[in-house]
Amino acid sequence: MNVIAPAARPDATVRPAPPAPYGMLAELTHRCPLQCPYCSNPVELDRRNVELDTETWLRVFSEAAKLGVLQVHLSGGEPTARRDLEQMIRHCVEVGLYTNLITAGVGVTPERLQSISDAGIDHVQLSFQGATPEITDKVSNYRGAHERKLAVAREVRRLGLPLTVNSVVHRANIHQIPDFIELALQLDAKRIEIAHSQYYGWALRNRGALMPTRDQVFWALDVVEEARVRLKGRLTIDAVVPDYYAKYPKPCMNGWGRQSLNVTPSGKVLPCHAAETIPSLDFWNVREHSLSDVWLNSPAFNAFRGTDWMPDLCRSCERKELDWGGCRCQAMAIAGDAAATDPACHKSPLHAHLLALAEADATGGEDYDYRRYTTPDRTT
Amino acid sequence: MTAILAATGIPRLARGVRLRHDEARGQWVLLAPERVLNPDPVAVEILRKVDGARSIDLIVDELASTFSVERERVAGDVDAFIAGLVEKGMIEVAVPTIGDAAS
Repeated sequence: MNVIAPAARPDATVRPAPPAPYGMLAELTHRCPLQCPYCSNPVELDRRNVELDTETWLRVFSEAAKLGVLQVHLSGGEPTARRDLEQMIRHCVEVGLYTNLITAGVGVTPERLQSISDAGIDHVQLSFQGATPEITDKVSNYRGAHERKLAVAREVRRLGLPLTVNSVVHRANIHQIPDFIELALQLDAKRIEIAHSQYYGWALRNRGALMPTRDQVFWALDVVEEARVRLKGRLTIDAVVPDYYAKYPKPCMNGWGRQSLNVTPSGKVLPCHAAETIPSLDFWNVREHSLSDVWLNSPAFNAFRGTDWMPDLCRSCERKELDWGGCRCQAMAIAGDAAATDPACHKSPLHAHLLALAEADATGGEDYDYRRYTTPDRTT
Repeated sequence: MTAILAATGIPRLARGVRLRHDEARGQWVLLAPERVLNPDPVAVEILRKVDGARSIDLIVDELASTFSVERERVAGDVDAFIAGLVEKGMIEVAVPTIGDAAS
């Protein structure tokens, strides 16, 4: 038998090119009227003066389409804070990208929605911080937010656009899951996301005020399963699972640098929106690199791709290509090492520690450290 | 076999659902909110004719003729496939005339 082997390359590890990404989260701005204490934006928010200009975003969308991205999630902050949003949507449609608007629905007039619809948006995802005005307004720290969201939801459906209701759940609203589902049905949404708060950045800072009890979490899982069966064909329910009380870690992003990427308001390209919590990683910027170059060659994307980077505990596990090692940001936050086994996994030596943190936090106080700009504005 | 949908009905993709060729991967994809579906070759042939102008009848005629397959068999496949996507909210069927639908 002939053995055909490539010549040894002492200067580089031979690795197959990663498959193309399916989705891109475009965080157009960090500006937002709401101040949710679990916001997925980083603690150090980008200010308006460092945001990418229109031309650069249009180039990024073209590059994304060429790279193989199929769906673009136009998010923020609040993406409608960008006056050039419609121009971006039209460009995405032109280059064949499916566009999803992820909005908080505050400060979005019917005229603006009409213009966004005319530009060709495919789908609108609207957040609700509570199923009732008291809770939405308290969690978002914005009086009247709930009523404005209801008006936006009705307008979205009047325009014939498909609507997803997104609700992030935590201790103050987890009991409202049945009400969130009812709200989605009333608003004629075809899909609801019930996302348990994930503890990075702002949410990590507020974990003591957000963490539900174990009993609440298991009750919530049952409620969602029951509703899924009952509402099959009427409402799709997608859940983002809580992992502090779990046995196995979540397959975060379905694997690092495997299916999706994220561009921040200032142009940094991240494998996930929390990746900046890993201080050892250097993120390339679309101002200096093409999107394809970042996806294929940036050290941050290659750092935890595949299974080679895994510690023995993960690499020898039969679930390694199901869980993809769980979440690197969680390993960083809890173990202090981004390459450690995710402490949410029952095999991690820190699993009991994670559970103890959750149980202690579940009896914590109610005061939020609301999301806000933490550095002084130097633009004026 | 009894059809689920009216043969005179005119199907179209619902707003928020798009069929396109994915050049990067050399395949057709059906895009929906937070979903990417990979239709098989038969499904692609049907979906490419779901344009809001052709009736189910016409789609069946064209497919039966293009692929030289028995019309009745094609009709059953098309009906089941489109009805499945109607249930998922991905296709809407407009029925232009009132009459006996399931004949």
